[in-house]
Amino acid sequence: QAIVWDEYLTGPFGLIAQYSLLKEHEVEKMFTLKPGRLPPADVKNIIFFVRPKLELMDIITDNVLREDRGRSPQRDFHILFVPRRSLLCEQWLKEQGVLGSFIHREQYSLDLIPFDGDLLSMESESAFKECYLESDQTSLYHAAKGLMTLQALYGTIPQIFGKGDCARHVANMMIRMKREFPGSQNSIFPVFDTLLLLDRNVDLLTPLATQLTYEGLIDEIYGIQNTYVKLPPEKFAPKKQGEGGKDLPTEPKKLQLNSAEELYAEIRDKNFNAVGSVLSKKAKIISAAFEERHHAKTVGEIKQFVSQLPHMQAARSSLANHTSIAELIKDITTSEDFFDNLTVEQEFMSGIDTDKVNNYIEDCIAQKHPLIKILRLVCLQSVCNSGLKQKVLDHYKREILQTYGYEHILTLNNLEKAGLLKPQTSGRNNYPTIRKTLRLWMDDVNEQNPNDISYVYSGYAPLSVRLAQLLARPGWRSIEEVLKMLPGPHFEERQQLPTGLQKKRQHGENRVTLVFFLGGVTYAEIAALRFLSQMEDGGTEYVIATTKLINGTTWIKSLMEKLEPAPF
Amino acid sequence: MSRARADEEEYWHSSKFRAFTFDDEDDELSQLKESKRAVNSLRDIVDDDDDDDLERVSWSGEPVGSISWSIKETASGSTSSLEGRDSSLQKGSSYAALPKQVSSYSLSSLFKGRNKLPSFQSLSDALTDTGVKNYAPELRRPKAEYKDYSSDWSPRDTVRRMQRGKVCSLERFRSLQDKLVLLDEAVAGHDGNVITAVLIFLKRTLRREILFRELEVRQVALCHLIHFLRETGEQKLLLDLLRFLDRTEEVALSQYREHLNIQDVEKRKEFLKGCIGLPFSAEDTSHIQDHYTLLERQIIIEANDRHLEKAGQSEIFRKYPRKASILNMPLVTTLFYACFYHYTEAEGTFSSPTNLKKTFKIPDKQYVLTALAARAKLRAWDDVDALLTTKNWLGYTKKKAPIGFHRVVEMLQRNNAPVQVLQEYVRLVEDVETRLNLATKYKCHDVVIETYRDLKDRIQLTAYKCKVERGSAEEEKINSILNN
Repeated sequence: QAIVWDEYLTGPFGLIAQYSLLKEHEVEKMFTLKPGRLPPADVKNIIFFVRPKLELMDIITDNVLREDRGRSPQRDFHILFVPRRSLLCEQWLKEQGVLGSFIHREQYSLDLIPFDGDLLSMESESAFKECYLESDQTSLYHAAKGLMTLQALYGTIPQIFGKGDCARHVANMMIRMKREFPGSQNSIFPVFDTLLLLDRNVDLLTPLATQLTYEGLIDEIYGIQNTYVKLPPEKFAPKKQGEGGKDLPTEPKKLQLNSAEELYAEIRDKNFNAVGSVLSKKAKIISAAFEERHHAKTVGEIKQFVSQLPHMQAARSSLANHTSIAELIKDITTSEDFFDNLTVEQEFMSGIDTDKVNNYIEDCIAQKHPLIKILRLVCLQSVCNSGLKQKVLDHYKREILQTYGYEHILTLNNLEKAGLLKPQTSGRNNYPTIRKTLRLWMDDVNEQNPNDISYVYSGYAPLSVRLAQLLARPGWRSIEEVLKMLPGPHFEERQQLPTGLQKKRQHGENRVTLVFFLGGVTYAEIAALRFLSQMEDGGTEYVIATTKLINGTTWIKSLMEKLEPAPF
Repeated sequence: MSRARADEEEYWHSSKFRAFTFDDEDDELSQLKESKRAVNSLRDIVDDDDDDDLERVSWSGEPVGSISWSIKETASGSTSSLEGRDSSLQKGSSYAALPKQVSSYSLSSLFKGRNKLPSFQSLSDALTDTGVKNYAPELRRPKAEYKDYSSDWSPRDTVRRMQRGKVCSLERFRSLQDKLVLLDEAVAGHDGNVITAVLIFLKRTLRREILFRELEVRQVALCHLIHFLRETGEQKLLLDLLRFLDRTEEVALSQYREHLNIQDVEKRKEFLKGCIGLPFSAEDTSHIQDHYTLLERQIIIEANDRHLEKAGQSEIFRKYPRKASILNMPLVTTLFYACFYHYTEAEGTFSSPTNLKKTFKIPDKQYVLTALAARAKLRAWDDVDALLTTKNWLGYTKKKAPIGFHRVVEMLQRNNAPVQVLQEYVRLVEDVETRLNLATKYKCHDVVIETYRDLKDRIQLTAYKCKVERGSAEEEKINSILNN
């Protein structure tokens, strides 16, 4: 059989199944989904792997209608929806008159995909948009289902905390699902002590700021997709003797990034300013290791050296890659524009001049910097001022529309609806109180040997992670006032465990908390939670789940109005 | 308008706010370089063949055997290299089999047991023994599950069955009462898929007024229907619904969005004209009005200029043929275009820059910047000078830039301005250090010399002597300063 892939799905699926595995299951050919006639392939079955999206249904319809009916043997069509079968899509196919062509219509429920030892994502790109712009809570339903699956595997989570409307919804659905399937009571010893559900709209600020951890910057600058990053190839050209004149590679260099790589695990969550010294230390260690071959005299010593070679070579090429990446990033972080941009971000986050038109933003518009960059800054200012003064907001809007085109009025409207950009209505700016109470801005940040999560943004401590930290110690009761200022309810639920499964905590044993970010999480926030996990007296370890891994750019992009009509 | 450089410096020194700086800049950089060097030197030690192999196995970056890779591969029709790839994949995975866990509760290790659970149907399960013949029975369910139209499910059971992806007939729900109970059950289940299915059913079987009325008190269902109508492009019903709900601004925006689907500019213009009267907020109304006016202008300008260009009479169009049409471009781009091709036109014409500035109330800063960029591109240095010169009420002239002069210098330099032009503006850069940097970089010797003179820095001035040509006027200038 042949599989026709919705291209978006190949990334996530690549994480769980390699082509060789599919081949073992007699998948002969694979194609990407595109309009037109399907490529010829001598197979009986054609299976479409698609997300339930209407525009994709149109392409499938096109494929099916153009299929040559006269050919023999005739090919059978099947459709597999990921993560869910959609009646809307089937209705659509029916209206196009092709529904009957599909022998099987099934779903492949893929709720939470493991990205790393401590990270799960649903990779549902539009979850935030659906929840806040379209009031479509389907992604929350999937989140709840994913959590039920997780509990079936790792035991019922005795305590659930949450903040925000979506969090409340998910908790309600979980409780309801449990009630409706009484058989789901399992006898697995619980791995997680606590579940913390957090709405992205409780903390709109964090994703807008530029992440300053190593991994965060890689994502900001090059974009990490399903743990892979594509980099400009120049710095990775092999420099070997006698090959000086060879052409430079033109294909982008593609690398997988995860904690299976020892060096990456060590530096991914560090502030970028602390990465250089680690790399140079590693270089010395590896040099020394290779030097040892001179001391190897006996056959036994040589043999031992040779046996270590593969590991050393892997470490060396890992070091080479990350040195190159660090150089690429450094070129950008040392540029004047990066510095200016960061200066303005940090001013806003520390509460300086958030209530008037900012010169730098104006200059950027005048020089037609990318629109997303402008939107990130204006939204950041709005969030840090609990909304902009009407005059300031109107000024920005006018400049943006005049420079980038009036049709962006639709995007500005979406941002207003999502609460990212808004006029200050109450006349009160709550942000300073929130900032002070939650200690969101730390003046004395230590980037090399951090003692606080604020190192991930070189001064700003992500609000979301601060909430998680304060929940573990001393508890949310201490910040009731601030919690009331943030949108949505906060709550606590308990799920009863059979007595046999209740944990008797050993002295010094860590609690494990699963933090679920509804609407997306950034790499810097993940880094901050990992930092808390590793603190010696922290007492809590964190596992992270989310609807999607995001950064400010991908997030804003998901909220922008699609301006070009679909290409077919 | 931008904060003076000196102030900025002071701000950074006096405030506690820390920007993202490399304190030990050189040290850091040299560390990176050092590790790079170390890495490169190591290459020599290792046997080249091994090296290649290793590169491909684990660090080539191309996920050998990954799905996206093999799609490319099969798409191009070559499957011959697969064996080799597969074997290297094995090696790759053995390397990756030593994960370092951040948390002691590794999910990946815990996930191993998942195949046993039906809800975690894994890919291998879904495709087990997927020979053509075996495949079908694996997925086919008893026919009864598909065809249970006759059975009498309650609204709640119906919703639950639908949530599990089973097909249910909704036709049995005849009375309004039943239908609404069904809808409420679907909403309570929070599964958008099911809610939409029920809505499609209601939409087909209820009169419009009744549907609208009932949805008004069911906000969640309402949102889903609006989303559905938007997705499927049922514009008319959508607008009717929004009007019924009195959501006038949404009606307006929704209608305005439609213009994006109109390719013909004349039709698009007429459509936008129709949008002006829609109930937008006051601020938005003026933007929509501007959008219409702009397109109207662009159509006139485009027709004229296309004609001019074809006739070949106008020098500017002969020298700089247009790369693209101006239709549907943003306002500022249009202004740039006008400053480029129609700079000297009288204010009365539609294409004159001053007319555009007035009609659309373009702020001075924006105007000057755009004009600067356009005139610099044409290397019309006199125009540039005029744009940066202001007269005060006594008749004195003064140079003023809307964004710091260092930006002006960069812009001119990008357009290959001669040194004589550049140095005039380099001289006006306020921050001494920036000025010196720019002057040195662009070889504005006079400015460098004068700045060192003002700083009374004999050492630097003496050192700079070797940068100027021997026997030149500049050298003489330096000597005369040093002698005084």
